[in-house]
Amino acid sequence: MSAATTARPPAGRAAVRLGLQRGWTEFVLSLRSPQDQAFYLISALGTLVYLWINRDDAVEGTDLTYPTVALPSILGALLAFGVVIGPAYALAMEREDGTLLRHKALPHGMQGYVTGQLVYHSLGLVPSLLTILVPGFLLFDGLMSGGAGGWLTLAWVVVLGLLATLPWGMVLGAVVPSTQKVGTWGMLPVLVITGISGIFAPMQALWGWLQVVAQVFPTYWIGLGMRSAFLPDAAAAAELGGSWRTGATVAVLAAWAVLGLLVAPRVLRRMARRQSGSQVQAAREAALQWVR
Amino acid sequence: MAVPARSVSDPVVEVRGLRMTYGTHEVLTGVDLTVGAGEVVCLLGPNGAGKTTTIEILEGFRLRSGGDVRVLGSDPATADDAWRARVGVVLQSWRDHARWTPRRLLTQLGGYYAPYATPERPRPVPVDELLATVGLAADADRKIVTLSGGLRRRLDVAVGIIGRPDLLFLDEPTAGFDPQARRDFHDLVHRLADLEGTSILLTTHDLAEAERLADRILILAGGEIVADGSAEELTRQVAGSSEVRWTLHGERFVHATPDPTPFVRRLFEQHGEAVAELEVHRASLEDTYIAMVARHEGPDAPAARPLAGAAR
Repeated sequence: MSAATTARPPAGRAAVRLGLQRGWTEFVLSLRSPQDQAFYLISALGTLVYLWINRDDAVEGTDLTYPTVALPSILGALLAFGVVIGPAYALAMEREDGTLLRHKALPHGMQGYVTGQLVYHSLGLVPSLLTILVPGFLLFDGLMSGGAGGWLTLAWVVVLGLLATLPWGMVLGAVVPSTQKVGTWGMLPVLVITGISGIFAPMQALWGWLQVVAQVFPTYWIGLGMRSAFLPDAAAAAELGGSWRTGATVAVLAAWAVLGLLVAPRVLRRMARRQSGSQVQAAREAALQWVR
Repeated sequence: MAVPARSVSDPVVEVRGLRMTYGTHEVLTGVDLTVGAGEVVCLLGPNGAGKTTTIEILEGFRLRSGGDVRVLGSDPATADDAWRARVGVVLQSWRDHARWTPRRLLTQLGGYYAPYATPERPRPVPVDELLATVGLAADADRKIVTLSGGLRRRLDVAVGIIGRPDLLFLDEPTAGFDPQARRDFHDLVHRLADLEGTSILLTTHDLAEAERLADRILILAGGEIVADGSAEELTRQVAGSSEVRWTLHGERFVHATPDPTPFVRRLFEQHGEAVAELEVHRASLEDTYIAMVARHEGPDAPAARPLAGAAR
């Protein structure tokens, strides 16, 4: 394959640029789609209603109310959930509907496709977080105690959290046998991990071994990082170890990111190699069967 | 990539002894085929004969079990992106890019070919020109999800030729086309072959289409190419390729013969003007096709030998 290097620099760069354009186009089209608008609004509305119902509950061991503590955690969980399940579904579907095959037929098409996916799902976080954050600030007092430093923390937690989870969404979408299987392969484990990651209730309520399991996955650390961004320092007392454990957060998320960025390209290449027209045809026939 | 200089007569596709096995099922047992530069070659064969498998191997979408394959001078299994830029593939997609418009999608996909433009072959084809060529100009800004099946296939064709390919693969391109769309598509294929010098390999089940489009027809049956030649050459290979029908004293007769003229002459010598309703039919490509496939896939097929060669 060394022969490819002569043509590569301009064509490869062009493909990445086209991928950026593709991700942006997909994002704009998604914002204009009533289906996606409904998704953003309903998930935001559900979260806000849940917080509003519990607005007067005090959090044990602090002088904070429940929404103040839960909102950052929920943002973290939404991030982790969204950028794993989103790409997993997208890849599984686009493998079956021919989108991926179209790109396989293009010179450097896979580079463009993967770039587009990364951009699209990263951008997709903006509306899903903002639709909760903006009304959240109007509804609840004292959400952001950290000031400018807090916003800065929020920014790096989002970026690092994205890097730690998005590649795994791509991996999931690449290995899952069909779109219908994303539920059992992806949704279920991710929901379980979210459930044990101290998003809706403090971790300390869980058995010790389950706390250990939860701390292996990024969701807990993204939630913790989010809380460290929004909450006053005194609130750290309610966390495991009585600290925000910022160093550990960076280390765990960075480890997931590095591992993900090593594994994802290999898995994606394998997926691309196996993609063929017959596979798309078979998926189409299976789908027709499905609707019958 | 250091592409060895090709003379015009070098074949763009050269396949020798291609084998493909899925588990224990041998789909292709030894396919030999050649496509010359600028040639339009049509691959016919019954369902499950391995037409799509063959095409996918040539496209580099599927790895073969054995044999030698050269496409535009490279092995498609290991060819690079510069090779990919010279190959066009018309895919049968079904619901991708639902929210995009044809114009948006073609602009995006065409961009990948821009680095491979040469003075002789500017790439990509300008989008407006392409939309007009495939007859999508009026629907260029509709959401793809709202396009009818026929319009969608036109879009598939447009995506396949946007890179101004040297070699184009079409797998059942006119499935689902109405007669007008089919005729438009045939004109398009002629234009690509004649004006752009594009070599084309297509599969179809429509024998009239094959007869109309192809410089050469290949029939794939029983895992190998069993016939190779123009429609006329193939028809001549099947014994009893003409059919004579007549009535005599109100009774109908049918006789198959490779050489109808002496037969009819004898008929008149024998019965004179009592011969009525005389018809002489040359075997159609369809008759030839059915006969050849039956010979190679019928219950007593294994011993049958390929008929290929007449055209070489």
